[in-house]
Amino acid sequence: MKKLDLDPVTVRKARSLARKAGKPIVNLARQHTTVSVERAVLRLAGLTGADTEGIPWVNRLADTVRADVGLDHGLALPVWDALLRGEAEDLAVLAQKAASGSVTFRMPEGRDAVRARSAARKAAAAGMKRIDGRRRERDRLIKRHGDPEQRPWIYLIVATGDIYEDIPQAQAAAREGADIIAVIRSTGQSLLDYVPEGATREGFAGTYATQENFRLMRAALDESSKELGRYVRLTNYASGLCMPEIATLAGLERLDMMLNDSMYGILFRDINPIRTFVDQRFSRQIHARAGIIINTGEDNYLTTADAVEAAHTVTVSQLLNEYFAKEAGLEDWQLGLGHAFEINPDIPDSFRLELAHAMLARQLFPNAPLKWMPPTRHMTGDVFRGYLLDGFFNLVGAMTGQGILLVGMMTEAVVTPWISDRDLALQNVRYVLGAAGNLHEDFRPEPNGFIASRARQVLGESVELLDRIVDDGLLNAIGDGTFGLMKRPQDAGRGLDGVARKSSAYYNPAIELLEEGQ
Amino acid sequence: MSIIRPYGDTTGDGMVQLSFTLPVPHDKRAEGAAVQLANKMGMDPALVVHSKPIGPDFTFFVVYGPVNHLVDTSKVEVIERDYPLLSPKEVNLAIRKGLRRRLTVVGACIGTDAHTVGIDAILNIKGFAGEKGLEYYREVKVVNLGAQVAVPELVRRAKADKADAILVSQVVTQREAHVLNTKEMSAAFREAYAEDARPVLVAGGPRFTEQMAGELGVDRVFGRGTTPGEVASYLVDALVTRRHAYRLHSTRSGVA
Repeated sequence: MKKLDLDPVTVRKARSLARKAGKPIVNLARQHTTVSVERAVLRLAGLTGADTEGIPWVNRLADTVRADVGLDHGLALPVWDALLRGEAEDLAVLAQKAASGSVTFRMPEGRDAVRARSAARKAAAAGMKRIDGRRRERDRLIKRHGDPEQRPWIYLIVATGDIYEDIPQAQAAAREGADIIAVIRSTGQSLLDYVPEGATREGFAGTYATQENFRLMRAALDESSKELGRYVRLTNYASGLCMPEIATLAGLERLDMMLNDSMYGILFRDINPIRTFVDQRFSRQIHARAGIIINTGEDNYLTTADAVEAAHTVTVSQLLNEYFAKEAGLEDWQLGLGHAFEINPDIPDSFRLELAHAMLARQLFPNAPLKWMPPTRHMTGDVFRGYLLDGFFNLVGAMTGQGILLVGMMTEAVVTPWISDRDLALQNVRYVLGAAGNLHEDFRPEPNGFIASRARQVLGESVELLDRIVDDGLLNAIGDGTFGLMKRPQDAGRGLDGVARKSSAYYNPAIELLEEGQ
Repeated sequence: MSIIRPYGDTTGDGMVQLSFTLPVPHDKRAEGAAVQLANKMGMDPALVVHSKPIGPDFTFFVVYGPVNHLVDTSKVEVIERDYPLLSPKEVNLAIRKGLRRRLTVVGACIGTDAHTVGIDAILNIKGFAGEKGLEYYREVKVVNLGAQVAVPELVRRAKADKADAILVSQVVTQREAHVLNTKEMSAAFREAYAEDARPVLVAGGPRFTEQMAGELGVDRVFGRGTTPGEVASYLVDALVTRRHAYRLHSTRSGVA
């Protein structure tokens, strides 16, 4: 679908600059580990549950090991050394003993280290095998129930705070036509340095991401898939301080899509940049392995910066996300790169500008299932006008062959969606897709017209910005407020104390297995 | 004329439109139930112009009709703007003359709210509704702490930056979190500062009403649709005009 006459040399240059900008970050990520990456290893090895205060055993164990031998060697060697020394019969008992202070950890050397290494690898491999099994199970179910008939897939959000309320709502949404259900997380979970346990019934503007909530919702949607004769996908969020663990739990519980943006946590949650990049890389590697489609968060930039002036920052971020994703082993079909319909509707030609930006993304990433996000910033509370705006948003989605369409609500900025809001919103989507879903077959922008020129201009500005980022360094660019106008220096932000530079004795069986598999 | 009724296309026709969902299957009884509800709300006759099932257990209605209620505009209570609306130029001039230094505003989204739309609309140079944000005002120093700022951190930054005013925004909220967060904020400032040295506290967000200032413990509340110019004008009034007058008065009566 090559509709815009983009200069292939410029496109290649943009990709090569993204690679240059991203490479030092990947190196940085490889040199460091974080508490959450290490806890993910324990989760892969099967450690679950929490103490009476609700603090997960993976945290209790990780904290004790860290206090004894530090984080820089990784947790695997000291933990499995303790098991081999007979301190406990399994990880669960070891975690309890660690929490009560009745076991001391050491860094094994020589033969002890070799044995600990092999035992840790075996334990992590068992978890990896479960993730692989979940991926095969998904393939089987898609084959049995089928994919949605139409593209884009219709993405709806559920967010009550109570998993037992979410389930009937999600099933109802699937019946009404949703192909993908996203369970929004409780506000603030991204800043918790642990993953809550069990089924949860209380959240703020969303429901906690826990392994049990994942399991319950996936089981419910499996029922719906069977009932509806199409595989209904489930989405959650691998973001915030625990994203490596949440990605792991998503793989273990067969979630299908995860929000997973390389810079979101830095920019919008003020999480330390190094912490984010390290956690991100591990999460992406897990998603690659688990066959999960990632969704990136470029739409967010446009909620804080102007959608016309900052259009090229979206393209730059998409290119960076693509580089980081591929480096971690994700394939094109797994890249739900984000963009959004956020141009001020009062400016002239706003719809043509939206089309230009959406077509640019489509053509730059022809094989990626782009995620098209509805207007939020210019939804004023006038629900009638908002409904029209959502219609135009849907039209751009149809005309530019988007892969995933997040359904816009006319009551955006008014209330969390009511049952009627969702129904009206889906009618809007169905009408536009039915009436104009194949319009892209007829629609060719004038080669030197407004849309094509605008797309070329945005691409040109993206290359210029990438050039500056390469010169300046991506970390400095983030520190200067290049994205979303947020300034985030690399030595500040949350979670920095959970980062350690890897020692020469560092060992992490999960990373080893993930990288062998690539 | 202080007695009015809604206007459809003829003065005094009282016409309103209404939409809602009832948890009943879509049938004749459901339409009757919709009419009954509309009647009880004062709409008579109620005309169900649209009804549609939403799944097996719910029905959505659009209803038109005249309401028999009258509205007395003389009995409406609002907080009228009690400060003059100034242009950016006038704001700058007033600060320069009255304060003889820049006015410092520290802004943040407190609690777990990550939605900076509101605070950014007021603070960012980009602004809102065609008005530039406070960063545009030469005599206003803006420190925007962004999202998910803890209250103690906000107090610390306010002291470090010698804030004249604190602006907090609360957009996404559940179970009254916006109220609890804002109360926590105002209590912390009242504890950390002597009353006469305390920065002016301003809360904003779509879920607040102006009448809530007292309950929240803040000096002013701004609701949906507030523009940066209104906030700037208010700050000048509170920090320059009034404080100046208060201090003159206090000096004269020997209190200061």
